[in-house]
Amino acid sequence: MERLLVGIDDSECADRAVEVAARQARDGNAKLLVCYVIAWSPFTFSTPEENAQRHRRREEELEIARRKILEPRISELRGSGLQVEGFARHGHAARTLLQLAKEHEADMIVVGRAGDNPLKSKIFGGTAGALVQSSPIPVLVVP
Amino acid sequence: MTLSRIGLALPAVLASTLVTAQEGVDSLIDRAVTPLSDGLSAIIFYEIPLPYIEQGVPFIVLWLVVAALFFTFYFGFINLRAMKHAFRLVRGDYTSPDAAGEVTHFQALATALSGTVGLGNIAGVALAVSLGGPGATFWMILAGLLGMSTKFVECTLGVKYRNEYADGTVSGGPMYYLSKGVAEEYPSLVLLGKALAVVFAVFCIGGTLGAGAMFQTNQAFSQLLNVTGGETSALNGYGWLFGLVIALLVGMVIIGGIKSIARVTEKIVPIMGVLYVSAGLLVIGMNIEHLPAAFGSIISGAFRPEGVYGGFVGVLIMGFRRAAFSNEAGVGSAAIAHAAVRTDKPVTEGLVALYEPFIDTVVVCTITALVIIITGSLVPGGNIEGVALTSRAFSTAFDWFPMVLLLAVLLFAFSTTISWSYYGLKSFTYLFGEGRNKELVFKAVVLASIVVGSSINLASVMDFADAMILAMALPNLVGVYLLTPVVKRELKTYWADYKAGRLQTYPQL
Repeated sequence: MERLLVGIDDSECADRAVEVAARQARDGNAKLLVCYVIAWSPFTFSTPEENAQRHRRREEELEIARRKILEPRISELRGSGLQVEGFARHGHAARTLLQLAKEHEADMIVVGRAGDNPLKSKIFGGTAGALVQSSPIPVLVVP
Repeated sequence: MTLSRIGLALPAVLASTLVTAQEGVDSLIDRAVTPLSDGLSAIIFYEIPLPYIEQGVPFIVLWLVVAALFFTFYFGFINLRAMKHAFRLVRGDYTSPDAAGEVTHFQALATALSGTVGLGNIAGVALAVSLGGPGATFWMILAGLLGMSTKFVECTLGVKYRNEYADGTVSGGPMYYLSKGVAEEYPSLVLLGKALAVVFAVFCIGGTLGAGAMFQTNQAFSQLLNVTGGETSALNGYGWLFGLVIALLVGMVIIGGIKSIARVTEKIVPIMGVLYVSAGLLVIGMNIEHLPAAFGSIISGAFRPEGVYGGFVGVLIMGFRRAAFSNEAGVGSAAIAHAAVRTDKPVTEGLVALYEPFIDTVVVCTITALVIIITGSLVPGGNIEGVALTSRAFSTAFDWFPMVLLLAVLLFAFSTTISWSYYGLKSFTYLFGEGRNKELVFKAVVLASIVVGSSINLASVMDFADAMILAMALPNLVGVYLLTPVVKRELKTYWADYKAGRLQTYPQL
């Protein structure tokens, strides 16, 4: 195993997923790719004002995601001797993770099970469910 | 004087001062605006006499149609030949995943559409067919198809000459392409470009206050009155209250920055649009056996109208005029909304903008017209009607539809007001510079005109508003003509790349 992708959000479950992914990466001597997806769709409706500000907002969202969510976890993982790379991206969670896995030829995707809010995942199916159904590489779902 | 007597007297005194104050304000506005409005209307709606026919062509209609025809031929029927490619652009086939999170072609188009689709599609079409007969539909569709070319040119320019600021925000629209574009292409015409931009901005502010704020609320309130019983409605005379409620909601969005209201509206408006179109298709489906006859009357009415004032040319003008009022092609407003897209190829947004008049006029307006014709709601020689006719046509199939229509009218009016207040604000800051306090003043004026628009019925202010919005097409199209070679160059390079398969595509997952 060479590269392992772990998808995170700011939940506790994501912390457990990172823990499991770190163990797997260490055992397999693999590089760990940590990705945080900012929920976004190209087909939403917005006001002209929002559109004019969009580019700035996007940069702000990426900056916050990197500083508050990715960096603390990455520096901790690097501290433990792992090779880690972080990504913050806009998009649909499952599809963006699959895209990233493809780009970096990841061997496995690790995600938490309970990231989304419960009602939403009941209706639309969670990220983990979507990945399990459509991923061409193994998916490890952490409870 | 006892307390109870004061309690009784006070409202009476207040009411009478309000009445006198209102009369005073009314006539004051009237006196101030009438000469200006009459002068402007006289130019904009000046009827150019035609030989052998009683009716002349309003100057502004000719101005817009000639431009649309010119751009259609000059760009080799770009309106038809680029539709398939434009659809793929909207779908995101040419958008790099690296741009995720930026304004997409779809979002820019949807935002522009929510400013365009509105009362023109519901009330304007009814007006056109009740005045010009079924044949007006044919000319309306043709005007919509031609208008696509005008939109293509102005929206390409809107993106090309927009301002991108260091903080990551963007501003675009006719003000910028008129001043920057003309200056770049014709160094000797710098002053002309500046003058066109200033005139455009002034008209755009006028259009925002009149057609964007006053007219929308005024018409929404009149539909509310219609549904709740017309003259006998309990709401009759409470226009100011309705105006206050709308102004409060709009204020929460544009001043309070309460995004949730805007977000909810922006989600419901497309749903209403889809609901309106599907209800229309359903009504047409229920009367499918009359469809060939309806099309027959549209075609025959277009060329051999019977009993229509002005004959053949009268019908033609009616269709063209309503189409122009509805899709605003040539007015320049949409270029402001389209300019926010994130792309390094301005032509792509121009191509995407082809769909705006297409959806607005060729699809939505045609459905309204077909519903009116197919349900037999159109009485030859009957009254000239707006929303009421559309409402009646739909209610022959679903008797609860007038309520849905009311909701649609309210939402369309609300979203159009929000879009226009942004267009007006951009023009205002172009003239007076940016700044929190200055912008606040402008927004307050917009809110005040909402209240004024729904509480009074000043014909002169309404005429003024209509004239202002169409007057935007004067400076706009002069500049667009001047900048046509720029668009030609951009399109040539882009189309060659497209045809040679040099454009990077990104398959959808």
